[in-house]
Amino acid sequence: MSIGAEVPRDRAKRLLLGRGRFVDDISLPRMLHLAFVRSTHAHARIEAIDCAEARALEGVVAVLTAAEIADGVASWRAEHKLFPAMAAPEQFALARDIVRWQGEAVAAVVAHSRAVAEDGAELVDVSWTELPNVVDGKQALAPDAPLLHGHMDSNLAYTTVIEAGNTRKAFESADVVVEETFRFHRHTGVSLEARGIIAEFEPGEDRLTVHQSHQTPHQQQDLYARLLGLPEHKVRVICPDVGGAFGLKHHLMADELVACVAAKLLARPIKYIADRMDSFLADIHCRDHEVTARMAFSQAGDILALEVDDLFNAGAYGQYPRTSIAEGNQISRLTGAPYRHEHYRANLAMAFLNKGILGHIRSVGHPIACAVAERLIDLGAGKLELDPIAVRRRNYLHGDDFPRTSVGGVEFEHLSLRDCLDKALTMIDVARFREDQAGLRAQGIYRGLGIATFVELTAIGPEYYGEGGQHISAQETCLMRLEASGTVRCYTGATDQGQGIDTGIQQVAADTLGLPMAAIEVISGDSALCPMGGGSWGSRGAALAGEAALRAASTLRHNILAIAASLLQKDAGCLDIKAGEVVEGGITHMSVAEIARIGHFQPYTIPHGVPADLTVTARYATTGRMFLAGNGLQIATVEVDVESGIVTPLRHLVVHDCGRILNPLLVREQVRGGVVQGIGSALYEELRYDNAGHLLTGSFADYLVPMAGEMPDIEVAHIETPTATSELGAKGAGEAGTAGAVGAILNAVNDAILPLGATIAEVPITPPRLLKALGRI
Amino acid sequence: MLALPGEDGAIIAGGQSLLPLLNFRLAAPSCLIDIGRLDELRRIVEGDGYIEIGGLVRHCELAASAVIGEAFPLLHQAIGHIAHPGVRHRGTLGGSLAMADPAGELGACCLALEGRMSLQSVRGQRWVGAEDFFTGIYETALAGDEILTAVRLPRRGPGGIQIFKEVARRRGDFALAGLALVAGANLSNPRLALLGVADRPVLAARTMALLREDGSAMGSAVDRAVAQIGKEVDPAQDPAYPPAYRRHLVQVLLRRTLAELSP
Ligand SMILES: Cc1cc2nc3c(=O)[nH]c(=O)nc-3n(C[C@H](O)[C@H](O)[C@H](O)COP(=O)(O)OP(=O)(O)OC[C@H]3O[C@@H](n4cnc5c(N)ncnc54)[C@H](O)[C@@H]3O)c2cc1C
Repeated sequence: MSIGAEVPRDRAKRLLLGRGRFVDDISLPRMLHLAFVRSTHAHARIEAIDCAEARALEGVVAVLTAAEIADGVASWRAEHKLFPAMAAPEQFALARDIVRWQGEAVAAVVAHSRAVAEDGAELVDVSWTELPNVVDGKQALAPDAPLLHGHMDSNLAYTTVIEAGNTRKAFESADVVVEETFRFHRHTGVSLEARGIIAEFEPGEDRLTVHQSHQTPHQQQDLYARLLGLPEHKVRVICPDVGGAFGLKHHLMADELVACVAAKLLARPIKYIADRMDSFLADIHCRDHEVTARMAFSQAGDILALEVDDLFNAGAYGQYPRTSIAEGNQISRLTGAPYRHEHYRANLAMAFLNKGILGHIRSVGHPIACAVAERLIDLGAGKLELDPIAVRRRNYLHGDDFPRTSVGGVEFEHLSLRDCLDKALTMIDVARFREDQAGLRAQGIYRGLGIATFVELTAIGPEYYGEGGQHISAQETCLMRLEASGTVRCYTGATDQGQGIDTGIQQVAADTLGLPMAAIEVISGDSALCPMGGGSWGSRGAALAGEAALRAASTLRHNILAIAASLLQKDAGCLDIKAGEVVEGGITHMSVAEIARIGHFQPYTIPHGVPADLTVTARYATTGRMFLAGNGLQIATVEVDVESGIVTPLRHLVVHDCGRILNPLLVREQVRGGVVQGIGSALYEELRYDNAGHLLTGSFADYLVPMAGEMPDIEVAHIETPTATSELGAKGAGEAGTAGAVGAILNAVNDAILPLGATIAEVPITPPRLLKALGRI
Repeated sequence: MLALPGEDGAIIAGGQSLLPLLNFRLAAPSCLIDIGRLDELRRIVEGDGYIEIGGLVRHCELAASAVIGEAFPLLHQAIGHIAHPGVRHRGTLGGSLAMADPAGELGACCLALEGRMSLQSVRGQRWVGAEDFFTGIYETALAGDEILTAVRLPRRGPGGIQIFKEVARRRGDFALAGLALVAGANLSNPRLALLGVADRPVLAARTMALLREDGSAMGSAVDRAVAQIGKEVDPAQDPAYPPAYRRHLVQVLLRRTLAELSP
């Protein structure tokens, strides 16, 4: 069996040998390079753009502004039919008349080299009239706030309330109520490889070929075809090796679209690789929420009610095509979701601001939903003088609670919360920690332990984007082809950005077909070759593309055995495939290679009526549910230097249930990587803007990412509850690490400083913020 | 070449600061002058009462030098805080001092150790003391045509004190604040240099005077020194790390340093 085995991935070996082939490694004949003139203001009117000097520079081929590309590319609006009231202002590939965030692309310089393109960009002279800007949600929603979008009567992009039961009554009758206002600052995804694209247009055939560092080649194919007015089958999007994506690379990015337009206008290949400054300015951002939440408890520690008010500081536009709503929506739906409580109200107000576009980055909304509820539980347990672990256990959804639709509207087939907790408590001796903690406090050393329970929404179903009107596939199809030598090519719509889903699919195919892993090659990331699919985002690969591969492999296996049965004059039901051989009990009859040879070259030997297709496809989409929910919990211990404000993570453990595990090695690394990103947002990562809306963190000197030196060992264990919704039983695993880490660290830090009478509810927990909370500065 | 009219060249040593500046388009010299093959700048020379470190001596070479470790343990402590091995294998003493990052470790160390810089040009050679060498944020006494060829550090008497401390967000980051304390036995003639709290490495002159008067690192003397240094430093506005935070850090670091000295 290779499903469930710790199989290292082939791709990793190649990448580690330095033989990766990323977009920037590709060079095409006659290729030109692109650099952007980006807005230096958060909000301004473009009075004039003088490109004369730039155009005169040797090596510059063209300078494009909104006017030059107007006929070549359509504009777009980030609309979602499930949220019809959400404002969706029109956006252009290059800003037209008004810029709405610092970093918005205004002009594009095409030149023989990137360096010359950048020289040219410096020579473009834009005359601006600055407009008043709004850089924070409260200010944006004030009655007299300057408006981002003139056609709107406020900056409120969307507002909604989700309600169950009667929270007002529940709060009135509660024994204990706790409340906290949280601030989750803005950050981004920071993939090792920045965004990049090469667009090549063949005017003779009206054909656009794009090499792009991206998660969703089919989505891009559709978007480029529609926005550029090309027939879809003439657009091909190829994703070579992708060096991390985290959600940064599953949107339409204006600068990347400009590369396509430029290729079309100039009929030459155009390369654009975002540098780090471009990335911080123009990548999708995430979080930036202010949440005030209250939780009501009974004396015994039952959670009675929860209220969540989320002020969502979104960007200048909605992200396209998915829109920006999901983060707010997830917070509204997921906060407190692991717990049994009946009275719930979540308010969401989403504001447009003069800041970069905010959207979907790994674990959309989850870390906030988790941290808010988990912090409130600790506060409540503290007030009740109850053990916070016992309070959690008492309130976890459990046993007969399933199946269940949560008060926030999330469907749970099953959650293994108590099992995860029990397992975690075998990994860490909490009583012992408490003893050490007390002893160390006497020496002025402050350590804390934080726990965070999370649910993880994965494998989004077609109802979300399908009903939303987006051309985003939530269905996966697998095309499987038996080669004449008996090896198999497996074409999938999922894509691999380093998480190793290729290997997971290879395992599924090998197991189902009875072939060795080495006989299977998985091919992905090509919109022309691979069957239409959604790509990789929202932890969908194993659950959806894995199931599609299982189904395709089952069909292929069925056909192989049918051919074998007819050749052997046997009943197919008695035959099996093991290690590439058709066997019957202990007897080996013939090899799959032999059947492949006959099937391809001597098909006349196979009687009519025998299913002899050796290239098969199968599709899979979930039905009737928006998500497959996984769950887990994390426990972090930290040491807080209460004098310098530096927090040092000590231990971090995760117990996680993602259903059937295809490859524990890959799942553990997903979880670890996610935890590191979560610790990043808990302690380090922040996009800071000044009051004028200028980004202050435009490089890695100011935007701090977590580094190996500061990271604790991350211990990962699993509970395996396969989902019954598919044959494979896998759920997604990519959100878990990020979902729980912020809450675990926040609780651990608060536990550490508890004896000093201080609390903190703002992440990242920077040293100055912590010392302010401690009243030391 | 530096002196050639019409050229606006820049010396490149380890490139660990210059290359990022070029990438950010913050520097655009007309040419780069690679001094990497000037072997005479690579030496650590033991002189009479001093040690002279060539401008091209790399951070990793300083860290590996037993001579330096013995005479100036301060430098060994400090280098552990500079970036990561990759940077330490390329970055040079001359480059670091010429760059004059206000949070640079080596500048503060040279200041505490009463270093003198040798500046050379086609016009000749001159010596400038560390106190006069650093003139502002990324500003030094180096003229456009001068190269920093060496730093001369006077040897210290036996039984002395050399302590370096800093706080950085992550290992290897530039310091949010740091200090270098150099003194004789029993804290005599203390020199206390600070990094990350002003536009250049600075001596905490009044705190030094107080420590000299009190001649002790115990009890109320510590409190007085800590209070004094808080009054003495005046960090610039910084939205991420407000002045009050850096001031507080210097106080924390001084208290920790003096705590190590108390018996
Ligand atoms: C990721 C990273 C982290 C870092 N962290 C730290 C840190 O924590 N602490 C710290 O102190 N430094 C840090 N640095 C900077 C590092 O120490 C550099 O090596 C040093 O600042 C410059 O030395 P260099 O030899 O690389 O100089 P270069 O980059 O080659 O030159 C820097 C400047 O000095 C000039 N110059 C160089 N040599 C001479 C000379 N002999 N005479 C006159 N002018 C000269 C150059 O023209 C240039 O303007 C870091 C660097 C990086 C990349």
